[in-house]
Amino acid sequence: MKSLATLKAWGTAALFALATAATAQPQPQRPAEIKLGMSTFMTGPASVLGAPAKAAADMWIEEFNAAGGLDGTKLSPTWIDEGQGADKFLSEYRRLAQEPGEKLMLSAISSGYCNALAPVAEDLKVINILWECSTEKVLEERRYKYVFRTGPNGTMEMVAAVLHLLKLKPDFKTLAVVNQDYAWGRDSWEIFRNTLLALKPDVKIVAELFPKFGAPDFSTEVTRLQALRPDVVLSTAWGGDLDTFLRQASQRGLLKSSQFVLPLADSSLERLGDAVPAGVIVGFVGDGYFADPESANDPEARAFVQKFKQRTGAYPNFAVYHMIQALKAATGAYRQALADNKGQWPTTDQLAATLRKLEYRGLSRPIRLREDGQALQGQLYGVTAKDASQPFPVARQLLFYPADILTPPVGQKSAEWVKTLKPALIQDSRIRRVGN
Amino acid sequence: MDLNLLLLATVDGLSYAGSLFLISLGLTLICGVFGVINVAHGSLYAFGGYSAASLLAWLLPHTSSTPVLVASLFVAAAVVGGCLGALLERSLLRHFQDRDPVLQLLVTFAVFMVLEDVQRMVWGATPVNAGDLATRLGTTELLGVTFMNYQLLFIPGVALVAYAGLQLLLRHSTAGRQIVAVIHHREVATALGINAARIGTLTFALAGALGALGGALSVPMTSFVPGLGAEMIVTSFAVIATAGLGQVTGALVAAVLIGMARSLAVYTLPELEVVMPYLMMVAVLLVRPHGLFSATAARRI
Amino acid sequence: MRTPISPVAVALAVLLVLAAGWAWPWSRMPIITFLCFGLAALGLTVLMRAGQVSFGHAMYAAVGGYATAFAVRAFPGIDGLAAAAAGVLASLAAGALVAAFVSRYRGIFFGMLNLGLSMVLFSLAGKLYAWTGGTDGLRFERPPLLGVAMERGQFELAMLVLALSLAVGIAWMVQRYFDSCAGQVMLAIRTNETRLEYIGLSARSVLAQGYVLSAGLVGLAGALLALVQSLVTPESGYWIRSGEYVFIAILGGSGHAIGAFLGAAVFELIKLAAAAWFTDAWQILLGATLIAVIFFAPQGIVGWRRRAPKPAQPTPAAQEAR
Repeated sequence: MKSLATLKAWGTAALFALATAATAQPQPQRPAEIKLGMSTFMTGPASVLGAPAKAAADMWIEEFNAAGGLDGTKLSPTWIDEGQGADKFLSEYRRLAQEPGEKLMLSAISSGYCNALAPVAEDLKVINILWECSTEKVLEERRYKYVFRTGPNGTMEMVAAVLHLLKLKPDFKTLAVVNQDYAWGRDSWEIFRNTLLALKPDVKIVAELFPKFGAPDFSTEVTRLQALRPDVVLSTAWGGDLDTFLRQASQRGLLKSSQFVLPLADSSLERLGDAVPAGVIVGFVGDGYFADPESANDPEARAFVQKFKQRTGAYPNFAVYHMIQALKAATGAYRQALADNKGQWPTTDQLAATLRKLEYRGLSRPIRLREDGQALQGQLYGVTAKDASQPFPVARQLLFYPADILTPPVGQKSAEWVKTLKPALIQDSRIRRVGN
Repeated sequence: MDLNLLLLATVDGLSYAGSLFLISLGLTLICGVFGVINVAHGSLYAFGGYSAASLLAWLLPHTSSTPVLVASLFVAAAVVGGCLGALLERSLLRHFQDRDPVLQLLVTFAVFMVLEDVQRMVWGATPVNAGDLATRLGTTELLGVTFMNYQLLFIPGVALVAYAGLQLLLRHSTAGRQIVAVIHHREVATALGINAARIGTLTFALAGALGALGGALSVPMTSFVPGLGAEMIVTSFAVIATAGLGQVTGALVAAVLIGMARSLAVYTLPELEVVMPYLMMVAVLLVRPHGLFSATAARRI
Repeated sequence: MRTPISPVAVALAVLLVLAAGWAWPWSRMPIITFLCFGLAALGLTVLMRAGQVSFGHAMYAAVGGYATAFAVRAFPGIDGLAAAAAGVLASLAAGALVAAFVSRYRGIFFGMLNLGLSMVLFSLAGKLYAWTGGTDGLRFERPPLLGVAMERGQFELAMLVLALSLAVGIAWMVQRYFDSCAGQVMLAIRTNETRLEYIGLSARSVLAQGYVLSAGLVGLAGALLALVQSLVTPESGYWIRSGEYVFIAILGGSGHAIGAFLGAAVFELIKLAAAAWFTDAWQILLGATLIAVIFFAPQGIVGWRRRAPKPAQPTPAAQEAR
């Protein structure tokens, strides 16, 4: 019996030691490489946005590693394709997030996937940077420790869109919306509608059309819009969907008969060329634009645009800018945490704490992360105009909307906060012209 | 809903019905002749579209004559669809022809899976389309709405010609009447000296070409991505199940019904647009279990 | 005629599965997936014994999954098992509703009607964003199991044990159903339904019963999968998923309840192997396997194992009747 008691005692002690060891986060050794679990759309209509972002990331990581990495520690990306469906994506994501070693996840583009993977990352205690998806709901519905967004969210984008529309066309009467039927399309419309009705209550919304994500044909929607003849047509569609929609709308003259507001058109302008007439309101999901006059004097931005165009044959789109922002934020956070730790490699918790108050820059204006993990990035909006130097329309009459006027305070839900906005916001002095 | 919108909905519905009919025509033909529902038809549609796009891309630098480009769509469909259909029948389905129809259906499902991957390997996963061709045929204005002639006139026109052509073929040509005989009773037809095996291959080639034609004619209007075949096949099922398996005229009527239902939904209850074909199918099958125009068959005990 | 499955073999298999799940954490999800697919295929096997194939049964997996999600979201703190039970109840109810009229149909129209219904459900699930989360599906918090809130790793292991015990228990019960009167009547529906009616048995009501049972089985599979992923999407009810269930049922064979699980195991192994070596060609591999199985062994794995030895000379009747 005594031996049994001894055995139990040793056993309990051992278990206790193991448990403590398992739960405590010891200061890790400097790893040879940081595994980046990165996701983008590599297949399907959305890949016209996703593939350039991957090219940009590969380019940037190559340069970063060649320059020595993080004092010797290199970045090692593994890519997950968001185009293969939710089940496969999530199982791939989970597998990568559970691999041993130092890792950071940069995921995803699709707002739907972001909603699903945020709890998974939090569960597994792996830092995940939502590098592209804009749905504000992810960080508003729940407070996360390990999930961050280094770019703007839908609230900033949509409030700025409404402000810009009301600045340029204060007297329109009717509006129709054609958004993709998934989290982003629905959530962005909710914010836009609530903001618009708060700032201009007499607007009549004549149609709300939600074709499915990846729809190959928008002819019926175009017919319906032509029959209804709204003054303004909003679409937060992006990628291949937007390309098809704009092409079909242009073929049938819809782009000329209604004022189009396209917050995510930046990536489609180059592909569509002449199909997009002058006068369309376009946004940049942030403020990264290759033809931004204020970035003409920034050597890093200029060099990047040139290199990117050489490598891929196209100008960078907003997804590219967001990818670079995310990478710079991640590596900046590591550097900051290393400095704070006097050279000791930081634990995940320490890195998360550093990210929470990080200030960084992508290839445009400075950005700051706040305590709920959301970045504060201003929005650039402009109007298309023909330009002799490019075979596609360029955005002119650019206005910059700072993030402070576009974002609810931490803890408040956007959908409700936007209802409290006042029409005086349209003439706020903090909105400024960019360029001439 | 006012008269204008009703007219517009009708126009939209009829043009959608045209493309739906073309796609379902091949499927219903195979159903009638072989008693098999060919799930791989969706792949034939996709292959037709992709090949047409490739052929157009190859031709465009060499010619800009619209009739030639449009004809190339038909050529691509006929060649690719016909060969693929005939190949499918001779190499595979022939060996399963005395098995349970459900097993035959599963074989075609397996073929569909294989062809999906082949399609992805050949043409990749980025969207493929041939947008310029549709613009060349110009536009028409109707009730203040601009329509593409391609969608408004060309596709429904081709659908009607295909229907008339098929009826002519089946009634007035030797091969066609042999097909009808084989549909009616394979054994008796063979006893009368008709080479049922050859007729089978011919029918599959014809049906394959028709399915591929549906795809080839769609590619100037819509973008082709992986997964489109799967969607198309299940919508075609809705059409032929509503019509009654093997009924060609029935398929025309069913296509019009479903096309109209869908476009009316877009104008009244847009959220139900995608549900309409299946709702129609279920509604019809509940009332007439064998479809709207089924042939009466004696029940063997 | 009946070769009973050796309980020793089953026990060995169960132990192997448990050991694999314990030793290799990455294997837990594939194992749970294989068990759930096996349960769903078992549901389809029930109907296949009557000669009816449904091409829309995945809709019950969707119903089960969404009901589980609704339960967890509506009653925070509810036990996972209770939520899964809600899922099964919902799919049983849906199955009963549909069975009332679908049991009239036979053959290809049975399959078509089921397909139509499943597409209606699928399209609605994708469109009604406010209720079903649209094409992104519904997410929910991981519920406690039997009152114990668990970390991810423990949860997966617990779900593995749950799925395994359910699979074994239900397979045994379904096999008893197959051997019972109702089960034999199902077989008779396939061979000669009219004569069945002559002897006074209602084919329709037995088929309806079988349909409800199959709906419940597929619903259970859907509920378990939703629970373990904390997510349910409309894809779980897509017609291709129904096709995969039918594929597995054919692969395994409808001769014995274990067939569904054998088929599911082969299916999952092929998918894993293809993902490892032929990432872009897994569908080709699956398609080729299906064709091969239908050609060489249309009775599935179970049927292949049971094929009677060719008699070289007349054998005594006693031997043949085993």
